[in-house]
Amino acid sequence: MALYTPLTTRHATAGARKQAWVTKPMLLTLGLLVSFPFWAESVGLYQYLGIEVVIWMLYALGYNLLLGYTGLPAFGQGAFFGIGAYAYGLCYLNLSQNPLVALACAGLVGGFGAALVGCLVAHRRGIYFALMTIACGQVFWFVSMKSHSVTGGEDGLLNIRRASLSLGPLELSLKDNVTLFYFVVAVLAVCIVFLWRLVHSPFGKALQAIRMNETRARFVGYNVWLTKWAIVTLSGVFAGISGGLLAISQESAYPDVMNVHSSGFIVMAVLIGGGMVSFWGPVIGAVVFIVARDLLGALTETWLLWYGLLFMCVVLFQPEGIAGAWQHYRAKLGRRMRAGTPPKLAPEAENGPV
Amino acid sequence: MALFEAKNLSKRFGDRVVLEDISLKFEQGQLSGIMGPNGAGKSTCFNVLTGHFPPDRGTVLLEGEDITGLSPRKIAQKGVARSFQIMSLFDEFTALENVLFALPEVRNVGFNMFRDVAGDTATVDKALKIVEQVGLAASADVRSSSLPYGQRRALEIAVALAAQPRVLFLDEPTQGMGADGRGRLLELILGLKRQFTIVMIEHDMDFLFSLADEVSVIHWGQVIAQGTPDELRADPWVSRANLGTKRNA
Repeated sequence: MALYTPLTTRHATAGARKQAWVTKPMLLTLGLLVSFPFWAESVGLYQYLGIEVVIWMLYALGYNLLLGYTGLPAFGQGAFFGIGAYAYGLCYLNLSQNPLVALACAGLVGGFGAALVGCLVAHRRGIYFALMTIACGQVFWFVSMKSHSVTGGEDGLLNIRRASLSLGPLELSLKDNVTLFYFVVAVLAVCIVFLWRLVHSPFGKALQAIRMNETRARFVGYNVWLTKWAIVTLSGVFAGISGGLLAISQESAYPDVMNVHSSGFIVMAVLIGGGMVSFWGPVIGAVVFIVARDLLGALTETWLLWYGLLFMCVVLFQPEGIAGAWQHYRAKLGRRMRAGTPPKLAPEAENGPV
Repeated sequence: MALFEAKNLSKRFGDRVVLEDISLKFEQGQLSGIMGPNGAGKSTCFNVLTGHFPPDRGTVLLEGEDITGLSPRKIAQKGVARSFQIMSLFDEFTALENVLFALPEVRNVGFNMFRDVAGDTATVDKALKIVEQVGLAASADVRSSSLPYGQRRALEIAVALAAQPRVLFLDEPTQGMGADGRGRLLELILGLKRQFTIVMIEHDMDFLFSLADEVSVIHWGQVIAQGTPDELRADPWVSRANLGTKRNA
């Protein structure tokens, strides 16, 4: 479960071994999610919480394309999350009440917003990239607060009812939390397969190469600017879709999720989960974040203080996050299993065979 | 007509003139060397030729086509590849992946989000051949950050080779290597000679002279001498500039 499955000479000698479309961790994750409504209440959770967890999983997976894969620290991702929610609401109120149409609209508008921002930030990296994304995020937040006639200002858009989803002869009402939960899981499943393919494609390789060495990627002949712009845009599409789902589940869209404070949450969630070292890090991070918000939030109003302390501990003692800890544990276990056989001697001396 | 030609290049950084009216010609199939003392402008010259920065004046021609001021990406796509003096690999990729990623076949489907990198056996085979060509077959699956220094140097060249370049620029390939590693590197570059047009910056005079067909000596941003290794060995200016018999201790 690394950030991607490395390509080895086995691929050359054992014929084409394509990366599977569906993998075991994928089935495990989706299986756990599908069974969630049956055990949620017996462990003291409730159905609605599951919806938010899954929405955040999607949001975090999309965000990790930037942070984990391309190494771009974006601090304004909340803007596209919020834009998605507004786009869903406006589409629902003015154009179409079909959730799929409105959701597509949310993804498109989120992606469009990100594409604009991408034009401004794609030639930057590191701290300048981070600062530019904060600034752009704040612009969107401010606009959403001030344009009352479109977004409803600080109150946001209300009256976004959970419409029913018609799939041919089948009509599903999304009013019920469990039905909505399965709808959100279905969207997540499609997105996970897409993202898994993406990170193993040549494009996914280019993203990682840019993270490791932008200059070399340029000298090998890659269009670094366009690649970065494309991934900022794509990640905005996923933020937009998850924002649209949030609008369905909360039956409203409001500017809170767009401010810099909320944009920071996604960064913290992805880092705690281990997005830097694993495809699944953001998924773990989303669970930890939402559940911590709920459980700690029920105990104390200052839950963010405790979550912040948790974040600091992770950065200090386990910078690769929960997924990283798991990988270390597995590696250690593997070494113990092989303990019977003597360790292979490294054949490499300094200036080994050239 | 020379394959690669630079005419009257000048480059300054602030008020420091780094290149002053430099003209160079690299012939097809030859191994040309550029040498000179520290700070003579060799690396800047390389950076201008491969598009890292545009020159202030002058033109760069590839087979007669003006490529002055094009971006590194465009120049790379036209078939000019380079290695770096300071190691510049994709550290978390394996040796094989480093080379694979640099292949034009992979680059040209760069925006294809669905094709599988691992799926195309012919491409992977090709990458593997290049890895073998530089003697890294046994380490193909090792992350490049875990390779020993000499092997990383060789991989650096392999990444440049992957582009099947018309001109291959090598920036101080022996940098930081011991005598043993140099020997192996010498054999590697000898193996590439005549297959590629190579331009090499090198500090180590013996190393360069045993490989190059023709050498240009740069000092104070100008070409002070040009010729075959034998001619240059006899040139008093060259020994003075490089070995520092009088002024540069």
